[in-house]
Amino acid sequence: MSLMHYLVLSGILFTIGAVTVLVRRNAILAFMGVELMLNSCNLALVAFSRVHGTLTGQVMAFYVMVVAAAEVVVGLAIIVSIYRARRTVSVDEPSLLRN
Amino acid sequence: MIDLAWLVVAIPLASSALLLLLGRRSDAWGHLFATAAAVAAFVVGLLVVGEVLGQSPEERINDVHLFSWIPAGELSIDAGLRVDPLSLTFVMLITFVGSLIHVYSIGYMTHDPARRRFFAYLNLFVAAMLVLVLADSYALLFVGWEGVGLASYLLIGFWNYNTEYAVAAKKAFVMNRVGDMGLIVAMGLMFASLGTVSFSGVDAAANGLSTPMATAIGLLLLLGACGKSAQFPLQAWLGDAMAGPTPVSALIHAATMVTAGVYLIVRADSIFSAAPTAQLVTACVGAFTLLLGAAIACGKDDIKKSLAGSTMSQIGYMVLAAGLGPIGYAYAIFHLVTHGFFKAGLFLGAGSVMHANGDSTDMRTYGGLRKVMLVTWATFAVCWLAIIGVPPFAGFYSKDKIIETAFVGEGWQPWVFGGAALVGAAVTAFYMSRMFFMTFHGKARWVDEASKLGADDPRPRRHPHESPLVMTLPVVVLAIGAVSLGFLLSLGDGITGWLEPVTGHAEHHEPVLPVPVIITATLVLVAAGVALAWRQYGMNSVPLTAPTGSALTRAARRDFFADDVNEALAMRPGQHLTRTLVYADTAVLDGAVTGAAAGTVASGRVLRKLQNGYVRSYAAMILAGVVIAGAVLHLVRL
Repeated sequence: MSLMHYLVLSGILFTIGAVTVLVRRNAILAFMGVELMLNSCNLALVAFSRVHGTLTGQVMAFYVMVVAAAEVVVGLAIIVSIYRARRTVSVDEPSLLRN
Repeated sequence: MIDLAWLVVAIPLASSALLLLLGRRSDAWGHLFATAAAVAAFVVGLLVVGEVLGQSPEERINDVHLFSWIPAGELSIDAGLRVDPLSLTFVMLITFVGSLIHVYSIGYMTHDPARRRFFAYLNLFVAAMLVLVLADSYALLFVGWEGVGLASYLLIGFWNYNTEYAVAAKKAFVMNRVGDMGLIVAMGLMFASLGTVSFSGVDAAANGLSTPMATAIGLLLLLGACGKSAQFPLQAWLGDAMAGPTPVSALIHAATMVTAGVYLIVRADSIFSAAPTAQLVTACVGAFTLLLGAAIACGKDDIKKSLAGSTMSQIGYMVLAAGLGPIGYAYAIFHLVTHGFFKAGLFLGAGSVMHANGDSTDMRTYGGLRKVMLVTWATFAVCWLAIIGVPPFAGFYSKDKIIETAFVGEGWQPWVFGGAALVGAAVTAFYMSRMFFMTFHGKARWVDEASKLGADDPRPRRHPHESPLVMTLPVVVLAIGAVSLGFLLSLGDGITGWLEPVTGHAEHHEPVLPVPVIITATLVLVAAGVALAWRQYGMNSVPLTAPTGSALTRAARRDFFADDVNEALAMRPGQHLTRTLVYADTAVLDGAVTGAAAGTVASGRVLRKLQNGYVRSYAAMILAGVVIAGAVLHLVRL
């Protein structure tokens, strides 16, 4: 398993996550896309860490996980409050801030 | 007392400020207060003259330092007064004639609701004119110069609810600015080449000036003098300036302010002596204007405009004399003083006539006024004889000296200048006699209001009457001056000796013609002019409407197309220039500024569309941005 395999996998996962964010209207699913992108990055970081034989990349991956956990808490709270207010979790519906 | 000379200026200035600041509260006594201020200035002036007369002739030039005015590095100008025979002559003329005209105005302006303001302006004028003549540097002289310009503007446009009068005031102001430019640039050149603008400094250093520089300064000073003194080519404003109340015409546009140009030339003697070309040009301008003004005076039917032409012509005589150099200076000032008296007398007489004829200035509607206005007739007659130069009246002594001096010299100059002065004397006799006969003699071309003639009579209905004592008395005093001043001032050394410390001693030169011949020729020409005017306007009846007249008459009626020339050469190109500049300003400068603003707004309007509220499109843009940034980085690496 060379580095290239990890990187290609990471790229594929990132692309799937990005497309999910761009294409799906459901906020929960878009959120999952974001998580997928973050974790694809983590995969790349860990892979590089392994190749270089240092811990920097792994430490970086831990940071990302912590931040992602915090982000999930805030993001889900926003989605729940939007759902309570507007009875929908579509990301296109609350476009009140346009123009 | 000489140290207190500043009081001469301060009294009328304070009075003017007081009347303007108090406003309507001083309406009741303002005119009396202003008159008292003018008289007080005269009294102080008289005391100063008395003290200067006590000095020996060499000591009579007194410089009184007042305060340091502009201490700016190399340019350090002190404000001070130069109390010498020349300035004192002017102080006496201004305050004496000024006081008389203040008295006259009490009567003339009785019915004007703004009489107090009128007197405040008159006092302002007197103060500014005194600053002009008492200044000890060109810079302070310029303050007075502008002050009299301002007062002249305010007084010409005193009845500015009449648009025509307001335009006349503006015209006078603008044309004077053209001359003022000359004075400013002359001062700049003086400072650049001599490092000083004080009279004493310039006089001491003027010998070292190069001839081209002296000529340039002299010509620029002449330009300033032409603007103020209504000399060719800046003469067109004086006729229109007659829009002001008649006392203003008498004081400012006949006796004092318009003679400031002559004062400037005499005062700048050291510059002109170093620049013979500038002197020659000065004499030419004077000779030309004296004929031009006389011709204009012949053509006008408006009594005040005819007198304005006459003023132009008489100042032409003074400028001619001043252009002849030291031999002419004293006679220029002599004529200036006598002219101040008889021309003020003529204007005030004309004011009385207008007052009596319902403010009409058209001489063709006068005629036969001698019977109803005996005092005015007598004083006008005296001043008329004085201006045409009949002995022993004042004008004879002063004008004859100028004509004699004009005949002094070599080559073509004495013949041209002397000839012009002689012809001018004849034309002066003609137009003044024309005015006199048309106004006071011949058949009346008006109908008394009480008469029972039919309504189809074309003659206007008038009720002429003699003016009150407050108006006739000043004119009588001026007429006495017009009779006696010429004789009194030429007693002994007379005014020539009095002015000698300033104008310098001039060697006596013999004219190219013997003096008796010149005097005889002058008197014969004057008599011929009077006879011609009598034949035309005294014996024959004068038509009520002006006949078409010859081409020369028609041109004179239109001031020899001075307005048309000015409009074609200066006004219209100026208007086009300003309009082009305004257009360029709006199109280019404003266009750049507003264009930048409009561009920002428009780009904002376009960019605003991106802010559509859809989270997914924001995400797409962020992604696209990241991809582009990555691609750029990748390419740059390569």
